[in-house]
Formats: sequence, C-alpha cells, structure tokens
Amino acid sequence: MKQRVAVIDYGMGNLYSVCNSFGAVGIKTEIISTPKSIFKFDKLILPGVGAFGDAMEELSARGLKNAIKEFVLLGKPLLGICLGMHLLLDKSEESKGVEGLGIISGEVKKFSSKLKCPHIGWNEIEKSKRTSQLFRGLNKDIYAYFCHSYFVKPLQKSVVLAETEYGIRFASMIGRGNIYGLQFHPEKSQAIGLTMLKNFIQLC
Amino acid sequence: MLTKRIIPCLDIKDGRVVKGVRFVSLRDAGDPVLVGRAYEKQKADELVFLDITASFEGRKTFVELVRKIARNIFMPFTVGGGVNTIDDVRALLNAGADKVSINTAAVKNPNLIKESAKRFGSQCIVVAIDAKSMNGKNKKWEVFTHGGRTATGLDAIQWAGKAQNLGAGEILLTSMDFDGTKDGYDIELTRSVSESLKIPVIASGGAGVKEHFLDVFKRGKADAALAASIFHYGQYQVEEIKKYLKSKKVLVRI
Repeated sequence: MKQRVAVIDYGMGNLYSVCNSFGAVGIKTEIISTPKSIFKFDKLILPGVGAFGDAMEELSARGLKNAIKEFVLLGKPLLGICLGMHLLLDKSEESKGVEGLGIISGEVKKFSSKLKCPHIGWNEIEKSKRTSQLFRGLNKDIYAYFCHSYFVKPLQKSVVLAETEYGIRFASMIGRGNIYGLQFHPEKSQAIGLTMLKNFIQLC
Repeated sequence: MLTKRIIPCLDIKDGRVVKGVRFVSLRDAGDPVLVGRAYEKQKADELVFLDITASFEGRKTFVELVRKIARNIFMPFTVGGGVNTIDDVRALLNAGADKVSINTAAVKNPNLIKESAKRFGSQCIVVAIDAKSMNGKNKKWEVFTHGGRTATGLDAIQWAGKAQNLGAGEILLTSMDFDGTKDGYDIELTRSVSESLKIPVIASGGAGVKEHFLDVFKRGKADAALAASIFHYGQYQVEEIKKYLKSKKVLVRI
C-alpha cells in the first residue's frame, strides 16, 4: 500500500533536509501547514529548529496543535525530530509558562551551564532494554548527529528507547505506541539516520 | 560521549570546487556534490563550503549549489563566504544549509549575529574569526577581516566572547599565523579561545600530519578540527586520522 506521509510546516526552519532524506529512502513526502487535509495522511513528521514557545504559538495559530493531538489519538504514527520531539512533552524550561502538546508526559530541560552548549556533533545512541522497530538493522556503534541546548525528561522511564551521554545521560529517543521522538537529526546522520527513517515508515 | 569532529573544508568558486581536490577515484573533482559524497564515505563528520566568488551572479550560483548539496548529502554542512545580511543567512538556510558562517559582516555589524540567532536559532549561526598574534609581553591575537586583509584592532578572545553573548552557536577559529604552514594548529590560540567560551570551537589552519589533530584536541581543547589540503590531496583519508585518534584515546566516530 502506498503511504501518505506529511511533514508539518509551521514556519520553524527549513524542511527540505527532512523531505530529501525521506526521498533518499524512496518515500515521497508532502508538506502541510494547515490541519485541513491532515487526516488523509498515514504518518506525520514534526521537525523543527528554533524556540519551544515560538513553535507552540505557530502550531496553535495554524490550528495544528489540536489536529496533531487528534491524529495520534487515532493511533497513527507521529515522529518528532529535535524541537519537534520537545513539543511532544508538557512544558519546557526554554519557554516557561507555554503548554506543549502534552502527548508524552514530562518536561524539557536545559543542559548544565558547566557544559559547552549547544551540544553539537556526533554522539552515541545507547539502546535501552526496550526494543523498538526503529532500531531494525542497527546493532552497535550507533552514532547520530545532535545539535541542541535542551533535552527531554519524560516522567515515565518506560518511554525511553535510548539514552545519550553529555555530562548527564539524557533520553535521545523516546516512544510510546506509534509516537516517536528523536533528539538527534536522522536526516543528517548518514546511513544510520536514513535506516531509522525507513524503519519509521515501515511501522504499521 | 560526544565525539570530536573532523571537518573537511572546500573552497567554491562559481559553483565549482577550487584549490584542486585531487581524488583519483573521482570522475569530476570540481563537482562539490561528488567531493562531498566522497568525504561522506570517508566518515567526515561535517563539511564546510566556503564561497570565494566575488560577483553577484556567482552568489546566486552558490545558493543553487547549496540546494543541490542538501538534496544529495545527508550530513551536516556549513556554508559561508560573503554573508552580509540577514537575507543572505535566510537564503542559505532555506536552500538547505545547516549552519551559516559569518565573518567580516559580523565585525562590521555585530547585531547581525544577534538578529540571525534570534530568527533562526543559535545552532545555525557560526561566527568565523581570523586571528593573528600580536607582539607584546602577554600573548594576544588580533581579529582580521576581508579574508585577512584588514586589521580590526579587536582582541580575538574578547571578540569570540562577544560573539557568543550575541548568540553565536559556534566559533570557527582560523590562525593566520599557522594557516598554510602545515606546521600544526595554533594550540595556544585555540586553547585560549576554547577555554574562555561556553560554545564549541572549530580549530582551523595548519594541519599537516595526523599528530596535529591529536594535539589540537588534547592540548588545544578544540571541539572540532577543520582542514583542507591534507584531505584534498589525498595525503590522508578522514578515516585514517580518526583511527589514529581513536588509538590515542580521543573519542571519534568511526
């Protein structure tokens, strides 16, 4: 069956890298910026760079906040990347007082001021005990490209699919049901990143 | 743990790689996409494309090239050279660059750093600093602009600190004294700047042998090391440098 995959455009950063990398694994994506046609799609990608507060404001203004929440309530797969992962949680230290999508319980925190920040570069993805289909074909030495100053701290440990060490151990991959969040940029992580995107598409 | 990055840098003129990349295996060593792919295979961590075209027409070519690179290469890349305004930054990011490096324009108008970081996020704003040592009792470095032709009177460490406070996400630090010498990176400069900052520093200028990379990471405290000719002429593959670094207990992605 041919899948319809939408990349959500809410004015935060360019989406071409994400679309291009899906293209590289043979998946055509469509960019949407309104909730109008959202339910026609099988899978949603929520990318983004920028600030948490601005992003939530844009999502709300475009009517996408509620549409995304309804989409996942139907059990359809959603992938949040970097800031898009942060938005899945309840709140963020980056923009105090702003409500996130609240799809996964927890908050977004800033790295300690003792560390060089942003955390930029390639770091290891250490799988947790929970297995995930996203890891299919990936065993050890999984390195991915990160570029961020904030990290997610989910309330429930069970949603953590992988951790990464940068001063502390933080959740670099989370998942619950068909909802996934990646702190790193799969679209910039060469073959490993492309494998994960392909694995996400193969979820039913 | 976060690994140290090795970053090949390519000079681009009118959409083509210049300063002779000599890869025997490449069909066209002037094609930035093919050269980029070759480095991707060698496990380079990032790429830098520096536009040295002066003409307006050439600049449009560069934006088109950035679009083409983004479509074909799945690793982070920074672009720079002649970035003057927030519109330049936007055009390059929209074309698919991950980061934009600003040099002369940042000195002329530091507000450009602030505005770009606010608009697009610190993570995509790199401030490039060309520094040259000054005579005197205490070791100091002066910032130069316009490709090293214009002295600014600015102290490199202070300027780097200011760039950070204005919102730069990274500093690309080139030693004018060591660039092109192949005698190694300027360890003192790199360490002085790196230790004074809270953002990552990419060291540049002087790489000649693999030991120089070890030195700039261990003693120079660099977060990443940029090099050009050492890779372009095939003296080393990126992977060889990384294997060497790993054997010396430097964390790298192999």
